[in-house]
Amino acid sequence: MKKITIILSAILIVVLSSCGGSTANEAAKTKDETKETTVAKEEAPVEEKAAEDVKPSERVDLSTKGVGPIKDLGELPPIDEKMVKEGLELFQAKCTACHKAKSKFIGPALKGVTEMRTPEWIMNMILNPTEMVEKDPLAKELLVEFNGSPMANQNLTEDEARKILEFFRTLN
Amino acid sequence: MKTRKIKLFTAVAASLLLASCGPQTNNKKSGGALSSSAAEKVYVAPGEHDEFYAFLSGGFSGNLTVYGLPSGRMLKEIPVFSQYPTSGYGYSEETKPMLNTSFGFVPWDDAHHPDISQTNGELDGRWVFINGNNTPRIARISLTTFETEEIIEIPNSAGNHSSSFITENTEYVVAGTRFSVPIPQRDMPIKDYKSNFKGSLSFISVDPEHGHMDIKFQLMMPGFNYDLSHPGRDKSHGWFFFTTYNTEEANTLMEVNSSQNDKDFIAAVNWKKIEEYVNNGGGTMMPAEYAHNVYDESTHTATTTMKKEVLTVDPLKVPGAVYFLPTPKSPHGCDVDPTGQYIIGNGKLSADLTIHSFDKMIAAIEAKKFDGEAYGIPILNFDDVLAGTVKSGGLGPLHTEFDGKGNAYTTFFISSEVVKWKLGTWEVIDRKPTYYSVGHLMIPGGNSRKPFGKYVVAMNKITKDRYLPTGPEMEHSAQLYDISGEKMELLIDFPTHGEPHYAAGCPADLIKANSKKIYRLDENKHPYAILSPDQAKVERKGNEVHVYMSTIRSHFTPDNIEGVKVGDKVYFHITNHEQDFDVPHGFAMIGQNTSELLIMPGQTKSSVWEPKKVGVWPFYCTDFCSALHQEMQGYVRVSPADSNIELSWSLGDSDEE
Repeated sequence: MKKITIILSAILIVVLSSCGGSTANEAAKTKDETKETTVAKEEAPVEEKAAEDVKPSERVDLSTKGVGPIKDLGELPPIDEKMVKEGLELFQAKCTACHKAKSKFIGPALKGVTEMRTPEWIMNMILNPTEMVEKDPLAKELLVEFNGSPMANQNLTEDEARKILEFFRTLN
Repeated sequence: MKTRKIKLFTAVAASLLLASCGPQTNNKKSGGALSSSAAEKVYVAPGEHDEFYAFLSGGFSGNLTVYGLPSGRMLKEIPVFSQYPTSGYGYSEETKPMLNTSFGFVPWDDAHHPDISQTNGELDGRWVFINGNNTPRIARISLTTFETEEIIEIPNSAGNHSSSFITENTEYVVAGTRFSVPIPQRDMPIKDYKSNFKGSLSFISVDPEHGHMDIKFQLMMPGFNYDLSHPGRDKSHGWFFFTTYNTEEANTLMEVNSSQNDKDFIAAVNWKKIEEYVNNGGGTMMPAEYAHNVYDESTHTATTTMKKEVLTVDPLKVPGAVYFLPTPKSPHGCDVDPTGQYIIGNGKLSADLTIHSFDKMIAAIEAKKFDGEAYGIPILNFDDVLAGTVKSGGLGPLHTEFDGKGNAYTTFFISSEVVKWKLGTWEVIDRKPTYYSVGHLMIPGGNSRKPFGKYVVAMNKITKDRYLPTGPEMEHSAQLYDISGEKMELLIDFPTHGEPHYAAGCPADLIKANSKKIYRLDENKHPYAILSPDQAKVERKGNEVHVYMSTIRSHFTPDNIEGVKVGDKVYFHITNHEQDFDVPHGFAMIGQNTSELLIMPGQTKSSVWEPKKVGVWPFYCTDFCSALHQEMQGYVRVSPADSNIELSWSLGDSDEE
């Protein structure tokens, strides 16, 4: 697949370049863009270095929403005690094989998780863990931090995941 | 999707290039060589699915294998009548009862003829039934879980061969005896067989909702060998047809002595008439002993009920219920065409096929044109019921299936071929060799009102040089033919497991959407299940120790157990807490005198271990479940019998929340 794409791009480049005759102006523009790219590249390692200092499980990211069915929950309403109760029951049945509320177990501790992650990211991690650890950069790093132990898909409904999230909100 | 676009792009580019080369490349053969490429017809691209499921009996393996057609890829082996260490079937505490019989635990059988449940004469894809030939049993397999759900033993039967065929609304699964025996069994001289032995034909009702089986009645027939059978369909629905041989009633040197008569019979049984007789209180209840084993999906556990009596029917007491149709040369296969009009008797010692007409049979019965009787059962006149004869030139016809387009396909064992012929004109249209010595054949839906006449699978008894040699024993061979055209075309050979006697095929679309992915943990009603890891515990009841354990990637809860003693009987009850498709966990304990367990997501299975030696003994997960699978293990400390170490169990060190 990749090879084909490369070959096709190569052909395109050859075809395009054979059209020839770019103006001096365009050439200058290209140069400028190259410069910008170089600058960006220089900045990137600085960011990475900063990230490396903090373990993924301790890093705060309140912008990433993750990959999965939950796109935007908007502003969350005040905590609903009935949902918390149901969420706690679900958590005990489906999650405690690998997670504890206050301490690291197979997976990370969940205390404070809603202060570190967006609600969408949390629910996507519950509902769509396989794709999350493949595509979401933070989930990917977490998988490495936790020795490659996969987050199990417990086949929960969105409603159930939302209740677990409600329970997590009480752990802060 | 992307691949297709690229393919299209390449094709367009290629055609442009070719077009520019001018007219010399014009297709001379219409369709080109590619359209007849056998390889292309059986190629199922990686990640794509087959068009049909095929369920092949495993014969002496006792099991049922699932194949995809047209690729010939084996998808699964479903344990039915045999213990199966791969999953723990017949070894786990939950599944041992499936193999109980009136003879005790029988861990093997000879599985013969699978048949898929039908509604209005068409495949409905709910269950597949199969018979155990040796210790007579019928099994029902769910086509949502692909697990054996029920096995019923058939009393008064021996060599349960003319089974397990389904009437067109799955009212009955029918099981006939190949070997006649004294009924009831008693101590008597073998030479007194004649007129003293009986052959039973069992009609087992099937509950329309749950599929549960119950013997409705047994028809007590003369002591012939009832070889194969098929139900009438459409116009002949309500009748059942059985081939017989050994109408000589010989009891020794059968290969000579039971081949004396020029004609044996096809027994035509009007089961609707007998059903009515029975529903009105007819029949005689007789003492019998047989096991009925039912697996409950919610408890993941099978239970055995020993039944004590069975209703028998004397055919002479139901006038008009049974007739004999003379049929040449020890007929084997007994097949009915999709319209229900033709009953085909495959005389295995003959070159010809005999086709009886249902309409003619009814006319002869109504006109009371009989040619004698056997043990009081009227024999019809051969010429009065004969529709035609297929003179094929082959030798040893065994079985016939139909394509739904007016054609029939018959296997010839001795001349190793499949012969295609036309219903009504009886002319032979095509013949193709098989490799070698073909027994059964199968067209998906080919024994129903609605066949899917695209492929036929020939199941051969002899393999010889078809594959790389593997010592004296070779897996049997199957061949797939394309039957969509006038002539059959051999597409592929593939090895099969055990000895497939017959198969049942079905369009994949009828089954695949219903195939279960997980068992829901919240529906698990197993008495030893734990629904969350905090319920994990170890209990002692005398010298029995029950371990309530759970699994998830990748650990057991608990994984350290102490306080077990030599002489204890330790039950591991393991609930798999995964709720994701295709994430089973395995369990095996060092020195255990049984097989491993393979536990599906949401399921509970139990395994017994009787520790014999003091020490610290490991157990582990046998199914590579994650990157940390190698870490999925635990220890049991076994102390001397007189030790007073208390039971304890744990996972991890901390008691942190």
